[in-house]
Amino acid sequence: MGWYLLRRLGAAVIVVLIASVVVFLGVRALPGDPAVVLAGENPTPQVIASIREQYGLDKPLPVQYFDYLKHLVTGDLGQSTQDKLPVSQILANRIPVTLELAVLAMLVAIVVGVLFGTIAAARRGKFSDYTATGFGLLGLSVPHFWLGLLAILLFAVKLRWLPASGYVPFSENPAQNLERMILPAVVLGTGFAAVLMRQTRSAMLGALSADYVRTARSKGLSGPRVVGVHALRNSLTTVVTVLGLQLGGLISGAVVTEQIFVIPGFGKLTVDAVLTRNYPVIEAVVLVTVVGYIVVNLLVDVAYAALNPRIRLAGATNG
Amino acid sequence: MADVLTTPAPAAVAVAGRSDRWRRMWRRFYRKPMSLTGLILVVLFLLLALLGPALFGDPTAVHFDDVLGAPSGAHLLGTDDLGRDQLARIASGARVSLEAGVLSTALAMVVGIPIGLVAGFYRRYLDSVVMRAVDVVLSFPFLVFAVGLAAILGPSLRNVVFALGVSQIPAIVRITRGEVLSVREQDFVAGAIADGANDATILFRYVLPNAANALIVQATVAIPAAIIGEATLSFLGLGVQPPTPSWGVMLTTAQQFLSQAPWLAVWPGVMIAVTTLGFNLLGDGLRDVIDPRSAR
Repeated sequence: MGWYLLRRLGAAVIVVLIASVVVFLGVRALPGDPAVVLAGENPTPQVIASIREQYGLDKPLPVQYFDYLKHLVTGDLGQSTQDKLPVSQILANRIPVTLELAVLAMLVAIVVGVLFGTIAAARRGKFSDYTATGFGLLGLSVPHFWLGLLAILLFAVKLRWLPASGYVPFSENPAQNLERMILPAVVLGTGFAAVLMRQTRSAMLGALSADYVRTARSKGLSGPRVVGVHALRNSLTTVVTVLGLQLGGLISGAVVTEQIFVIPGFGKLTVDAVLTRNYPVIEAVVLVTVVGYIVVNLLVDVAYAALNPRIRLAGATNG
Repeated sequence: MADVLTTPAPAAVAVAGRSDRWRRMWRRFYRKPMSLTGLILVVLFLLLALLGPALFGDPTAVHFDDVLGAPSGAHLLGTDDLGRDQLARIASGARVSLEAGVLSTALAMVVGIPIGLVAGFYRRYLDSVVMRAVDVVLSFPFLVFAVGLAAILGPSLRNVVFALGVSQIPAIVRITRGEVLSVREQDFVAGAIADGANDATILFRYVLPNAANALIVQATVAIPAAIIGEATLSFLGLGVQPPTPSWGVMLTTAQQFLSQAPWLAVWPGVMIAVTTLGFNLLGDGLRDVIDPRSAR
């Protein structure tokens, strides 16, 4: 286990380094003087000069890269060209908002997806199976942002049950926070609920025809108990797998959802930064995404290895 | 003369055998109502994209005397904030979606297939290097990649196609490689090698045709993914730029006038959903036909 962890950690560090090189070169590959680009719109000559000084843009590229790394390690991600705030401070404000949205969306997805997937499998070929499968297919085909618009149209414009957009920090007013987060979370969670439902259904179908389930049934255990305890437990590995695979989609989905519901999170920051050509923020956002992504993937892999010894053994023999 | 009539030429046999197989596959396909529905939806989408712009008029014609008009006889789907006919814009948007879907998938195939063929055929170091690279690209959130690209190259349909295409390459490489690995161990490949065929001949004449089925099915996954991707990026303002009509751009407009003109939000979304659903159903149907083992 120790070796396995170390190897995975080494690979993760290498990928992060590659990503940092790509991000570093990406901004420097832009047409024109990078100092002008990094200074934002309508910079004064003084600002450009100070940026050239700060980033050491007159030094050779490799030296610049190591300086850049040094800044990264100390948490210095530069300064936003829009509001002149440190990028690290902006990120610290924005990331928790997106994390809350993501966690709530995941909860929605797990509850809805696993529940309906289980029901569909247990009642295979019946009306409830077709209904659940049909909604699953529909959930896969409908784009998030359209669902978001429809939700606003129905719940905010027509019924006036919930506010259409905006954000209140949880620490300020938990009730208002949840009131504003519920629609975005449901919208973002729906697509993943559909994927989870399909996967849970097929995993459950496999489990329900397995020998140990037949044994449980022949012992006289009740139907719900067999389905809920014996079969479902073995389908949960599928759920973990799917959640891991959907992470990229969740990040992409958060970008869109925050834009629709005007939630000041990481995703909205990303889009706004691109639209205003705020390169220090773009650099940071891309890098943070890559790092966050790798860390979560690492955690998923480690959880697997801990749960299933075969995986780390296979990894050891293959290289 | 009699000889010629009773023993058909080998080529004719091959053709007959092939058309026979197609007929069997078609019969298995159209017996499933879902697959047939998918096919019909996809054909309707193609017709709209190819003929629609000619049939429904100019999508950029502005009429300031008729802005945010509700659906009526003159404008079946209503008009937007500049008085542009929504039906014409839906039709032109279909063409943009088709372009984004087909071109990006084609790009991914053109780049991904050769890489997959070579990686699977020669294996060893090349294979592991390629597959590690594929893992890295595959694990990267597509939207962030597209956003970065829009930041560097500027937002446009061409850049959207590029971003979507690149993000599809890993899947194509994986599928091609997987097929190559299973085909290259078959007897007919060993036969071809013994026959002295060179590597290129083996790859393109024997290995690639066997990978074609899986790649066709993958196209029915990649095209709708690209259509949603284009709509999403355009919705965010990072894709197709106004006044070019795209279903995503139309929904951006719709969001601004949600309470005054809610009908604007309906059709672009319905079109995206129905098109995607059509490709998904078609793909499921094709998968069942091509690989009967996967049928549930």
